[in-house]
Amino acid sequence: MGTTIDARGLSCPQPVLLTLQAIKKLNKGQIMVLVDTDTSKENVIRAAASQGWQLTEMQQEGLEYQLTLTKD
Amino acid sequence: MTLWKNLFATRWGIIGVGLVIGVLAALLQKWGNPGNMGICVACFERDIAGGLGLHRAAVVQYVRPEIIGFVLGAFVSAYLFKEFRPRAGSAPIVRFVLGAIAMIGALVFLGCPWRALLRLAGGDGNALFGLLGLVTGVWIGTWFFRQGYNLGRSQATYTSVGWTLPLLMVGLLLLRLIFPPIPEQGESGILFYSLQGPGAMYAPVMVSLAVGLLIGIICQRSRFCTMGAFRDLILFRQAHLFSGVLALLAAAWVTNLIVGQFHPGFTNQPVAHTMEIWNFGGMVVAGLAFALAGGCPGRQLFLAGEGDGDAGVFVLGMIVGAGVAHNFKLASSPQGVGQYGIIAVIIGLIVCLAIGYTMRIKLN
Repeated sequence: MGTTIDARGLSCPQPVLLTLQAIKKLNKGQIMVLVDTDTSKENVIRAAASQGWQLTEMQQEGLEYQLTLTKD
Repeated sequence: MTLWKNLFATRWGIIGVGLVIGVLAALLQKWGNPGNMGICVACFERDIAGGLGLHRAAVVQYVRPEIIGFVLGAFVSAYLFKEFRPRAGSAPIVRFVLGAIAMIGALVFLGCPWRALLRLAGGDGNALFGLLGLVTGVWIGTWFFRQGYNLGRSQATYTSVGWTLPLLMVGLLLLRLIFPPIPEQGESGILFYSLQGPGAMYAPVMVSLAVGLLIGIICQRSRFCTMGAFRDLILFRQAHLFSGVLALLAAAWVTNLIVGQFHPGFTNQPVAHTMEIWNFGGMVVAGLAFALAGGCPGRQLFLAGEGDGDAGVFVLGMIVGAGVAHNFKLASSPQGVGQYGIIAVIIGLIVCLAIGYTMRIKLN
């Protein structure tokens, strides 16, 4: 089980900040991020990619996205 | 649609958006807008406040169609790309206060971050102090972010909440069309118009509106934000948004050179003063307020267009702040800072620091 970050309802730069904090703590593995705007989705994916974490799964439920970020 | 969606979110997408804004802003000056003020979100919202009579500074009264276009362009784009998200409830009263303080700071400098870039692109050296202030203000903001500052979560809400600011803009547009300017008249129906000064300088209404709509659409797609550009650079060492800002600056500069609008120097610059410390100080306060509220004034308009009611409250705070700034003699003029401008900057800074300091919570 990886870490889950609930960034729903948070405005910039919180979703990215929380994601990067988790990335720093974990170093590798899996992180799940919940967001509810397309801006947050793009920002989180871009920030994760800059740290070598890839988006391995994305589920959309209504207006929310569940992003799975992975680094081996 | 998906291709376009991704295109605007790329590095080249944001650079393209910056280029388009830079060229169009410089051209809007050519078409009638004030000097180095092809687009200025703070100045134009201040002009709207004047047009509605919320302040009675005779030289800055005009309901600017660019602002209306920004919100409605973002609104249309958000619906077109299925990104309209009605949401609200993240400390709205604080956002209102931050909007008002941001406006007061911007009017001490005489411009929002967009105009700071346009002033520099037109050769106004005083803009350097404003930009330095902006970066300093944003840097203070990032310190609070690292300490856990945030305004809390917003909630999904009724569609009509998201429609509120866009509909207010439709109302403003109708007023502007029903009561158009009358030559040599300071009033038309319920609207006020400037007979001289920057408020009397404007591009044709349909040109302003069209440019506003176009910029609203491409900024909603690309998430263009001048404050975010510096914030992400400082906080994350990420240059994505910053590349858009540089593109805006370069495009406006080149366009100014081509159309003969580049006049380097510090004195006698259009709608500017030369008090370095308060050009800097005004923008420190504005930059910090933008950072704490999560977006530059342009970005707040685009967010409001895509359903963010809290961003809409920030916009209303800015418009009311403009009324306060002129009624209380806080706003600067080409002669220098207003009678009470300096104390307003100091109070604004204290309030922003208090907001940043007292609203910290560790999430997750």
